[in-house]
Amino acid sequence: MEEKPRVLTIFNIVTATLLSIATWMVFFYAPLEAVMGEVQRVFYFHVASAWVGMLGFMVAAFAGVALLRTKDLKWDNVGLASVEISVVFLLIAIITGSIWARPIWNTWWTWDPRLTTTTIMELIYAAYLMLRSGIDDPERRARFGAVYAIIGFISVPLTFLSIRIFRTIHPVVIGSGDPSSEGGFDMTSTMLQTFLFSLFVFSVVYVNLLWHRIRLGRLANQVEQLRMKLMQ
Amino acid sequence: MTEPLPVTSRQESQPAPSGMEYTGAGSRAARGRTSAYLRAIWAVVWKDIAAELRSRELVSAMLVFSLLVILIFNFALDLDPGTRASVTSGVLWTTFAFAGTLGLNRSMAMEKDRGCMDGLLLAPVDRSAIYFGKAIGNLIFMFTVEAIVLPVYSVLYNTNLFKPGLLLVILLGSIGYVAVGTLLASMTVQTRTRDVLLPILLFPVVIPLLIAAVKGSAGFLEGGDMEQTRAMLNLLIVYDVIFIAISFMVFDFVVEE
Repeated sequence: MEEKPRVLTIFNIVTATLLSIATWMVFFYAPLEAVMGEVQRVFYFHVASAWVGMLGFMVAAFAGVALLRTKDLKWDNVGLASVEISVVFLLIAIITGSIWARPIWNTWWTWDPRLTTTTIMELIYAAYLMLRSGIDDPERRARFGAVYAIIGFISVPLTFLSIRIFRTIHPVVIGSGDPSSEGGFDMTSTMLQTFLFSLFVFSVVYVNLLWHRIRLGRLANQVEQLRMKLMQ
Repeated sequence: MTEPLPVTSRQESQPAPSGMEYTGAGSRAARGRTSAYLRAIWAVVWKDIAAELRSRELVSAMLVFSLLVILIFNFALDLDPGTRASVTSGVLWTTFAFAGTLGLNRSMAMEKDRGCMDGLLLAPVDRSAIYFGKAIGNLIFMFTVEAIVLPVYSVLYNTNLFKPGLLLVILLGSIGYVAVGTLLASMTVQTRTRDVLLPILLFPVVIPLLIAAVKGSAGFLEGGDMEQTRAMLNLLIVYDVIFIAISFMVFDFVVEE
């Protein structure tokens, strides 16, 4: 059994500290938004979780390509770890979005391109996890997982495009220009700082969790091997 | 290779048509290789058609299922003339998508159950030829079902569905659907949950295709915004090209033993 690396322990402490600072910034550093009020504060972590969700799926697709090219099962571990983390973060993004949308759009849900695409993404990766659970042979599970991660990742922008052709009401805060969106706002410099810092912190949280999950996958493999040895 | 290749799906099926010379493809010139590749694809398509002509189990199952779905929609949506115009394209594509999974499952399960897939994989041809053969076979079955469902729907609901634009959307939509479906079906038959898994894997991935197909069909049926309809057609073409290319690249990894 491998020991828990010392660097990882330090990394855990750093991540926890950064996350606390980000939380403090969201509540006390960033100013109150004039029109929407307190509920706007959900925005910082909402966008950051959605970003981590997207990032994780991209990593999973690249891990899939790497697996098919190298046939090295460590990439399967990376892909699975990434998808599992992203499924959770995407769910956080959907839920925080709903909390924000209720007072601002006056509905929990609307079939806007981003919302729909996010949901379909979540479903694709739920299917990914189901596909994996249906295969016993680890080598085949890795190959099929990789193929599906690639296909799923490529279909996501097409889904977005196909719905985008109709109109959208989701606000585009960064580089906006669409006047028909509802609930948009201009960021002050402290808001922007909080926002960028949240993005950064959530990326760090993602890397931290990925590290833990990959380590867990490796340990699970070792346990499996030990079990096989014992059974023989 | 001296023995006849086990490319038939059923014992009673005839062996591949004569002139199926796979061996020595590598030693010929590029043109010879291309024609050998095309002949390999055709051999797979032909054995699927021959098996289907004898048993008729795949198309008939898809067809009866499609008609049942349309019947259920009739009661579920109360298809009176007013609502009918706006929901026709949705009903059609839902029917095709559901019936499609039935056919894809069956077509791949047939290969797996009788060990025919192993026979196909032993053949000294490029693996992608098997993929294209199966995909074209599935596409032919899908077209057959659509060719019957469309006139039946037209008669039952007194609407004319034979518009060139709509047929084009159905052509492009079916190609994309079958391209992804064949790849995913060859994956799901190798899993424990099999038939249950195919729609769960397939539907979220074909959603862009279905959206484009539904909106495109509606555009041609109702004569709506032509610019949007054309955008949908472009999206269908893009989807087809991307997913045929990807399936071509990854099919090797899916059937690898």
